[in-house]
This record gives sequence, C-alpha cells and structure tokens, in this order.
Amino acid sequence: MSGIRIEGLVRDYGGSRVLKGVSLQVGPGEFVALVGPSGCGKSTLMRMIAGIDRPDAGQIHINGREVTGLRPAARDVAMVFQSYALYPHLTVAENIAVPLALRRLTTAQRLPLVGGLMPGARAARRQIEADVAQAAESLGLGHLQGRRPGQLSGGQRQRVALARAIVRRPAAFLMDEPLSNLDAALRVQTRREIVDIHRRAGAATLYVTHDQAEALTMADRVAVMQGGEILQVASPEAIYADPADLRVACFIGSPRINTLAAEADSQGFVRVAGMATGLRAPMTGAITLALRPEDLQPVAHGLPAVAEGIEFLGESLLLHARLEDGTGLVLRIAPENRGHLAAGARLALGFDPARALLFGADGKRLPARIQAAEPALV
Amino acid sequence: MSDATFGLPVAPAKATPAARHARSEAITAWLLSLPAILSYLLLLLLPTLAAVALAFTDYELGADSVRWIGLENFAELWTDRGFRQSFVNTVFYVGVVTPGSILGALVIALLIEAGVRGRTLFRAVFFLPVVSLTVAMASAWQYLLHPTIGPLNGMLRQLGIAGPAWLSDSGMVMWSLAGIGIWENLGFNLVLFLAGLTAIPRELYAAAEVDGARSAWARFRLVTWPLLGPTTLFVLTITMIRSVRVFDTVKVLTQGGPNKASEVLLHSMYQEGFTFFRLGYSAAITLVFLAIVLALMWLQTRVLDKRVHYG
Amino acid sequence: MVERDISWARDLPRLAVLTILGLLLLLPYIWMVSASLKPADEIFAATLNLLPRRLWVVENFGTVFERLPVLLYLWNGVVVCGGILVFQLLFAIPAGYALAKLEFRGRELLLGAVMLGLLVPPHVPALPLYAGLSALGMLDTYTALIAPSTISVFAIFLFRQFFKSLPDDLIHAARLDGMGEMAIVWRVVLPNAWPAATAFAIFSVVAHWNDLFWPLIVVNSPAHATPALGVLFFRTTEGDDDFGALMAAAVIMTTPLVLAFLLAQRRFVEGIATTGLKG
Repeated sequence: MSGIRIEGLVRDYGGSRVLKGVSLQVGPGEFVALVGPSGCGKSTLMRMIAGIDRPDAGQIHINGREVTGLRPAARDVAMVFQSYALYPHLTVAENIAVPLALRRLTTAQRLPLVGGLMPGARAARRQIEADVAQAAESLGLGHLQGRRPGQLSGGQRQRVALARAIVRRPAAFLMDEPLSNLDAALRVQTRREIVDIHRRAGAATLYVTHDQAEALTMADRVAVMQGGEILQVASPEAIYADPADLRVACFIGSPRINTLAAEADSQGFVRVAGMATGLRAPMTGAITLALRPEDLQPVAHGLPAVAEGIEFLGESLLLHARLEDGTGLVLRIAPENRGHLAAGARLALGFDPARALLFGADGKRLPARIQAAEPALV
Repeated sequence: MSDATFGLPVAPAKATPAARHARSEAITAWLLSLPAILSYLLLLLLPTLAAVALAFTDYELGADSVRWIGLENFAELWTDRGFRQSFVNTVFYVGVVTPGSILGALVIALLIEAGVRGRTLFRAVFFLPVVSLTVAMASAWQYLLHPTIGPLNGMLRQLGIAGPAWLSDSGMVMWSLAGIGIWENLGFNLVLFLAGLTAIPRELYAAAEVDGARSAWARFRLVTWPLLGPTTLFVLTITMIRSVRVFDTVKVLTQGGPNKASEVLLHSMYQEGFTFFRLGYSAAITLVFLAIVLALMWLQTRVLDKRVHYG
Repeated sequence: MVERDISWARDLPRLAVLTILGLLLLLPYIWMVSASLKPADEIFAATLNLLPRRLWVVENFGTVFERLPVLLYLWNGVVVCGGILVFQLLFAIPAGYALAKLEFRGRELLLGAVMLGLLVPPHVPALPLYAGLSALGMLDTYTALIAPSTISVFAIFLFRQFFKSLPDDLIHAARLDGMGEMAIVWRVVLPNAWPAATAFAIFSVVAHWNDLFWPLIVVNSPAHATPALGVLFFRTTEGDDDFGALMAAAVIMTTPLVLAFLLAQRRFVEGIATTGLKG
C-alpha cells in the first residue's frame, strides 16, 4: 500500500494530549487537506509524519514502509514550511539543490574545493545542476536562480520552497500552511499552481491549512480536525453537504451554519419552537437542527423572527435575523428576493426539510426521514 | 537658520508658519545636544587631537620647552627593542585569545543550546569572569599559578609533572596571560553566541533534517555556521579589539616582566607616559594602538561584512 | 532537532561536559575563596585541600579591614560609577532624542561626530586629559575620575537607535496634546527610555567598576581609590606573601558586582549582549 498511512497517533505535551489517537490515509497520488482551527494539532500531526516530532504511540507508514522511528532524512518525504525555511545564505539554485546534494553526494564529495576531485563527484554534480534547473524552470524561477532568498518577493520565495520539495521526487509531500504568508490575490492564484504541481508529480500530498476555502477548492478529500482528533474525512462536497458531526458542520461554510434547538417527541417527530418540521429522528429528546444560510427562506407561514440587518455581497444578500427565543440566524438570499425586508421588519422563516441536518446531543449526525404524514412547516 | 530659502523669493520679514516651526525645532535640537556637544569637544575631540599632535613632539611632563620633532618618536619606536617586543607580544596575545575564546565560546554555546536543562545556570557560571573585578581575579590567578604554592602546580606534581613558573618564565608568561585572557573573554562571547543561536529559526533545522542532513555536523554546516556568520564576525572584531587593550592583568601580574617578556602596547604606553612622563613618546605608542584598532574596524566593515550578510 | 523532551540519561553526557568545563572556569574562584579561609602555613604547605584545617576567616578578613579602608574604596567605587552614569545619561538621552527624532541642520554632522567618536578607544585621549588635569591641579579628585567618562558617544548612539524605533506618532500625539519639546523629552521620551537606560547602566557600571587604567593614572592616594586600585594598593603595601589576606581582599572587592549579577542575571546578560557593541 503506497501513500501515507497513519494509525492511532498519540502525542502528549506536558500533561495535555495534543493528538488523541489519529488515523488517516492519503492514497498514492491523492491530495488530502487537513483543516482545523489553530491549535487543533494539525501541525503536530504533520511534523510527526515528517519525522521532526515523534509520537508517543501509533504508527506511520509511507509507501508501505513503517517509518515511525526513522529520522526525517530516511522517510522520503518533502515538506513545504509555513515560513518557507529557505537557507538565507544560499542562492535559489543552491537552495533547491540541497536535498539532492545531501542525498546523492557523499560527505567527502560535498567538501568545498576538494569535494569536486572525488571520484564520481563531477558527474553527480552535473546531474544535480540539471535537475535543479528543470525544477526551477517548471516553477518559473529560471531567471532567479542566482538570487538569494532575501532578494525575492514572498511569492517567489514560496515557489523556491515548492521547487526544493519537488526536485527530488519524494514519495509524499507535506505542506504546512504554505500560502498563509501570501497576500489574498496571490493566494488564490497559487492554490491552482499547487494543485497543478501535485497533479504532475503524482505523489501523495497532505496539505495543512486553517483556511477552509483552500481545503475545499484544492483537495480530493478533506480531513477536518479539532481538539486533537479527526472528525471526518470526505470529499469537499460531502464535507459541506453531509457533515458527520456538528463541529464539522459549524467549522465548514461561511457564514457559519445556523443551529436551532429542536425537540424530538416520543415518536421522533422533530419540532422547532413548538412547530412541526416534517422531520423524524431515530431518537427522542433534545437535538440540534442545522441549516446552511442558503437553505433558510422568508416564507408566508413559519418561524416568527425579526430582521436585524442586511449585508449586500453583490451576488447575494445576507439577512441577519433573530428568533423569539433569541437564536440568531443568517440567511443567504438572492438580491431580487429582498422585497421589503429591512432592519426591524417582522418575518417568518421556513426551510425545505430535505436540506435540514439533524445532530444528536453528542454532536453526531442523525439520519432524518421526511414524514409527510405530519403537517410540514413549509 | 532663517535664511534657508533655497533661492525662493520669500519675504525675510515674515517667516511662514512652517519656517517658524522648523526654526524652533532646530533650536530645541541644539539645546538638547548642547551638553553632549560641549563635553564631546572638551573631553574627547580636543584630547584626541592633542594626543595625535603630541606624538610629533618631545613633550615631557614638567619640561620647560616643547619641540616639534616630526617623525622622530616613530623612528625611535622602530628601533626600540622594548617596543618591538611589546608589539609582538600584543599580536601574540590577540592571536591566541581571539581564536581561543571564540572557539571555546562557540562550543560551549552549542552545548548549552543543545538542551533545555541548566541553561541559566551554565550561562551564569561562564559569564562570571565578565562581571568580576579584573584586578582581584588577577590576584587569584597569581595564587593559582604560583610556581611553588600554587594549586595548579600542586596538581601537576600529583601527576608527577614539574610545573613551570607560569608568570616568571619568559617563554611561558605570554601563554599564561593569554590563557587568562581567554578565561576573561569566554563568557562575553558566549552570551553573544547564545543570542545569535536563539535568533536562528527552528524551522531551518527541521527543513535541513527533511532535506537529508542526517548528522549534527551536516546540520551545523548547512544551517548553524552560515546563519551565525554575522554574530561570529561581530564576536571576532570585538574580541580582537578587546584583547588589543590588554592591560590590567599585565599591570597586576607581571609589570611587563620578566625582562620585558610580557610587555604589551598599553602597558608600554602607560610606562612611558605615566612612569617616565615621556608624553610625546607615549602618544606615539598610543597612535600605533589607535591605528591597530581602526584597522580592525575597517577590516570588519569593508572586507568581512560583505561575506556574511545575506540580503 | 527532534522536539522531544530528552531524557535525563541521554542529556547526561552534555551536562557532564558542561559541568567539567564550568568547574575549570570556576577554579580561580574556588581557590581564591579557599585561600581566604586558610592560615599562611597551610597555604604555603601547598596541599590540595580545599577546606582549611584551621579556619582563618577572622584573621584574614580582619587583616584586610584593619589595613585597608575597604568601605572607603567600595564607597569610592559607588560614587565614581554613579557619577559617571548620571552624567552619561544626562548628556546622552537628550542628544540621542534630538538625533533620532528632530529635524535640524547640522544633524548629519553631529551624527558623523558620534560615529567618529565610536572609533576612538578611551586610552587615546588619556595622555592629554592627564596633562590637563595635572595642570589644573585636579589630580587625585573625584572630578578627575568622573569627568573624562561623562561623555559616552556609545550611549548617544545607543539611545538614538532606541528612540528611532519609538513610533513618530507618539511624539506627534504629545504635540497634539499641547506639550512643548522639553516637556516631550521629560514626560514622553524619558519614561520610554528605561529599557535602553538599564541596559546601558549595567554596561557602564561593569566597565567602570572594573577599570584599572584610568584610576591608576589619576589617583595616587587611598582617599579616592576605587576597588580595583584598592586591591593593587594592598598588594604593594602588604607584599605578595600574605596570600590569605590578599585573597580575602579580592573576595571582598569582587563580591558586590558578582552579587548584583547573580540577583539580576537576565538583565545583566541582556544588557551586555545588547550593548556588546563597544566592548
């Protein structure tokens, strides 16, 4: 089994458990984004895969080989750091050449001056130069090879870091928030370039980010992490539309998903603020009903609410409303459906039961059935 | 200040608000700097220029007349065996103390930085000589190095070695003084190296490991040494300038003896100027000393600086 | 750089090497203290016993206090270091502020003078200063000890660098609040100069407390002798033979600054590291 496979990784830092038995698989040629709020343990996880940090328990396999106890150099992974971690005293070309020189040349061959006289050094050096030139060229760095990192822009430095990672064709790429130091416009552009590089290189890629937009746009699969555990791993579409956990539903999507306190009666019929919803849950008691902003609409008869304000976004409007019990809600509506809505207006809110997501008291997703027998809210 | 018009036809009678503001700011600035300017002129610039001038005269304290003698003092220096000895000794001292204290400080800094335990303790221990009264510590060294009752030779005797007369053997004395010099400068350099090491981003070491630098030596060559470049250059210059100034230990321990074997520049200058009161001759030695210091600073800014700063 | 908490066992070689090197470095201190506790015959027996068989503290330290105006020397040290520091700050802080934040013609010239001054070691103007003080009949006074060090171009440079990093808006806000330039220096700049001032103070006191060169030149009586000179006087008057008392004197004179260092270690190290520029 190639790619990256991790099983039950545990890591404690001074008494607190940062990783609580994390398992994850990145298939060969797959692009997995690991997304979560800062401090959720995602960077720790990545550093463990790279070998910069070691787990207290669990296993890491790369390309079918267990590497848990191996040094970073022996793991055949490349990493792009958040700060890029370029060697400031080396030129662009020399920076890109470092991983090749350290792997292909012996200590004697690397010696300055005399190193070139060692048998085989000349040929190996030429091969390295060719590989470096190719990697630099493929990232548009050809004309910058003689510069030092200090003379480059943020975007150029980021490319050098990428070039240094791809140049030796590793079994896996690890990227730790590689775009977070770029400005907004460059970030969007570089997203596509990284996806492109990944497709050409074809190696398993794990991409850590706190930016859900990056995760959703770039990855084949998204792993959502929080509090030291992975909550769900699924395609971007499934993560958004079909979250397995309330925390996933809340983390993914902007504006945040609306959550309503609901009650499932003895037969499982779900009511919100005393009104029937046309949904039936496989349990009874207090549950949470969640709706994306675009799944709530102003309707003729529904949950009574007061409009609190409107934000115009261009292609849509965000309507902030408050229910009688104080619950704040956000609706995304088309500008043409605005009607007479204004701050302070009373309105009724409704939704399509098929779009509603139910979560149990433990935050886990509940399967919902639409029960036509009950009179629906809409 | 008021007629800073740069050719513009501004009526001199009425200053614009901007000009009035600039004027008051300038007056404030000069007032604030005045005490510093006066003491600078009186206590630094004037005496320094006087020292330079003095070097070309035969001025002796208490003498009635002063004569301008051109380069005669320097010519005398050139033939003065005592001065030559003093010059050579100073070069030797700098040549031993500089690499010794830098290499030692670097090794200790790396050892301290390699772990978390005992950082503050060891830093304090190695720094202690910097804040200790040099004269007092020189006395302690004198006891430690005493040929008969000194603990160092006592220890050597236990090993069956007859220790030398550290401070009174003309072949040994400069080595002993240089050893004390290393001891004095180590902590100072250590603190600078520790500051330099902390400034190296941790991620570079992580990157080096991922890039395939397996041994500690490979990481040192790839990351630590080049990134420590500016610090090392700074430490190098500072140590050289500090050690050219060696005076206290010589004055306390050997007075330049035995037979001028440990004479150094500042001690020669002191002797000539303040014991024999040959101020002109002493000023000439001072100028040689100043020339060395300036050359070292020039070396730092012009030659070495370009090689270790990456930008 | 594996960020694991290295176990004691694996850390042991490192700690052992550092401990041995540390003990080597402390050797002069250890023997200095040891000898200050011993009677002369034990010192001359040249055994390697660190602990005295007969405790001779009272006698050794008694000799020092009896023959040497120890407290006077320490007091002189305080007066000289304190006097120098006060004047250095008094001269350097306003000048540093003017060079950093005020626009005026001649600023470049003053800055050039400061940089030039940085190149000149204090030993260079020593001869003419001595001749001048001698002509004025001011040798062997506190003034002679303090005056030549009152101007520190290094302090001006340090404070200028420090004030440059203060935001301009701070000064502008003070002007908007109606403060005059002097009030700004006194009420805005000065309170903000503390970090630089402490760093410089430590540097200055360490340098002048330990200085032997200048006091040796201008002072020749115990009345104004600094601690460094005091130790030297003791050696010349008592001869080199009474090592017990000499070491006791060394211990006494070394203790104040070492104690201050141990109490405020971090500040000392930072102060020296940030002002290390001058050496």
